[in-house]
Amino acid sequence: MREEILKTLDKNSKVAEEDLAKMLGMTEEEVHAEIKRLEAEHVICGYPTLINWDATTEERVTALIEVKVTPQRGQGFDKIAERIYRYDEVESVYLMSGGFDLTVIIEGKSMREVANFVSSKLAPMEAVLSTATHFVLKKYKEHGLPLVSEGGTDERMLVTP
Amino acid sequence: MRNPLNKKVQVMKPSGIRKFFDVVSEMKDAISLGVGEPDFETPWHIREEAIYSLEKGRTVYTSNAGLKELKVEICNYLKRRYGLDYPDKDVLVTIGGSEAIDAALRAMVDPGDEVLIPEPCYVSYVPCVALADGVPVTIELKAENEFRLTKKELLDAITDKTKILIMPFPNNPTGAIMEEKDLREIAEVVVEKDLFVISDEIYSELTYGRNHVSIASMPGMKERTIVINGFSKSYAMTGWRLGYAVGPEEIIKQMIKIHQFAIMCAPTTSQYAAVEALRNGDPDVEMMRDAYDKRRRFLVARLREIGLECFEPYGAFYVFPSIRGFGMTSDEFATKLLEEEKLAIVPGTAFGDCGEGFLRISYAYSIEQLKTALDRMENFIKRHRKQDI
Repeated sequence: MREEILKTLDKNSKVAEEDLAKMLGMTEEEVHAEIKRLEAEHVICGYPTLINWDATTEERVTALIEVKVTPQRGQGFDKIAERIYRYDEVESVYLMSGGFDLTVIIEGKSMREVANFVSSKLAPMEAVLSTATHFVLKKYKEHGLPLVSEGGTDERMLVTP
Repeated sequence: MRNPLNKKVQVMKPSGIRKFFDVVSEMKDAISLGVGEPDFETPWHIREEAIYSLEKGRTVYTSNAGLKELKVEICNYLKRRYGLDYPDKDVLVTIGGSEAIDAALRAMVDPGDEVLIPEPCYVSYVPCVALADGVPVTIELKAENEFRLTKKELLDAITDKTKILIMPFPNNPTGAIMEEKDLREIAEVVVEKDLFVISDEIYSELTYGRNHVSIASMPGMKERTIVINGFSKSYAMTGWRLGYAVGPEEIIKQMIKIHQFAIMCAPTTSQYAAVEALRNGDPDVEMMRDAYDKRRRFLVARLREIGLECFEPYGAFYVFPSIRGFGMTSDEFATKLLEEEKLAIVPGTAFGDCGEGFLRISYAYSIEQLKTALDRMENFIKRHRKQDI
């Protein structure tokens, strides 16, 4: 059942525990307890909201940075990854297979802010060999949800057999 | 001037749903749980394949019975999902399950033959039997049997004129299914009485907690069953109008003749889309089934909470609660609900007289929509429960 809870919350973290219980054929208490356990075990790590910032007046810039690093003896990539992800500017960090080691996604108010972060914080780190910064021009879809409006009206007739 | 009309058509009653639809469409900002089709869009990879077929210029007729590769995929699918073994020559691709129902009846019914139709059921069987010069004989299914067809009900309805039994399971509008043990009993009677079965299995992918069993897989049934299925419900492809029939060669051959002259062939673009659906669509079906199941459980729990009695339906995407005790007919209840709460729900009587006392609630809606609608239903019930006798 915990997979079912997770799959449902993955699509909509706002679903009320009462409704979730009905959907999964559990009691509200069971659902509540399971969610608390998932939070405690750090399986559920947070409940952010997916926002299309482009549709607001707030200025935001997202950059995807390919980072090549030297792994450290005994600690592999984890230590350097941690040193990077601890910065508030950093949205996401992934260890990659292939041509580079870490994908670092940065959010900033402007290109200058992002560039500053890369040149003054990220690139100078001892373990970082090189960086390649790509700015995001437009976001179409995130977390399985389209960010561009699709109309989404129900085309069906109100009553059909 | 002479009467230009055919008498069979003239006496045919317009569908009860149509009447209700006319009322609903005049009501502004009404919300509805009255729809008999999925709320999902056709999965993108299926649409992509259709677009690609158009780009490639595949815009001509296919052979009458359907694209060879589609028929082969249909056979693979029936084998893989329901253990049914048919060669592709025994497949007819039709314009939705609806055409298959019509063609099967016209191919098998002689004037005066009785066709057994368990009710409540989908609206087209009775008129199609009448158009084929058959005599529709309805069997009233009972809520206490969870609207399954029982051996006794079947035996009681059989006369020496009975030729065909229509099996509409998983059922629209009740959500009832027939499990293997139920089917076994029915099959025994069918074989013993030398009947044929038209099994409309359009909702076969939408069963919850129990797998669908086709009556054609029962002993002795394959040679006397036409299985009808399609893409509308399982792959959310209602608008593509694509279904199929499989069955004994001698019957399918005659159905192909009818189809050939009346239709020519099913839409080519839809057929290419359907090939993709069968080859790569299993995960989509699973995703949708899973979503329906959550809604189903939510709806049943909510209905019980507000005090509407209903059996737990294991198939299709309908719940069929009883409104006995409100002192209203299904029609009155649905009309009042629409007027007072602007909520459109189809009265059970749209699916046969024995649907009296019931409503068909569709859960082909998001949880949010279901919540809003059920809140309105709750208000309505609180106001009217006082009339309880």
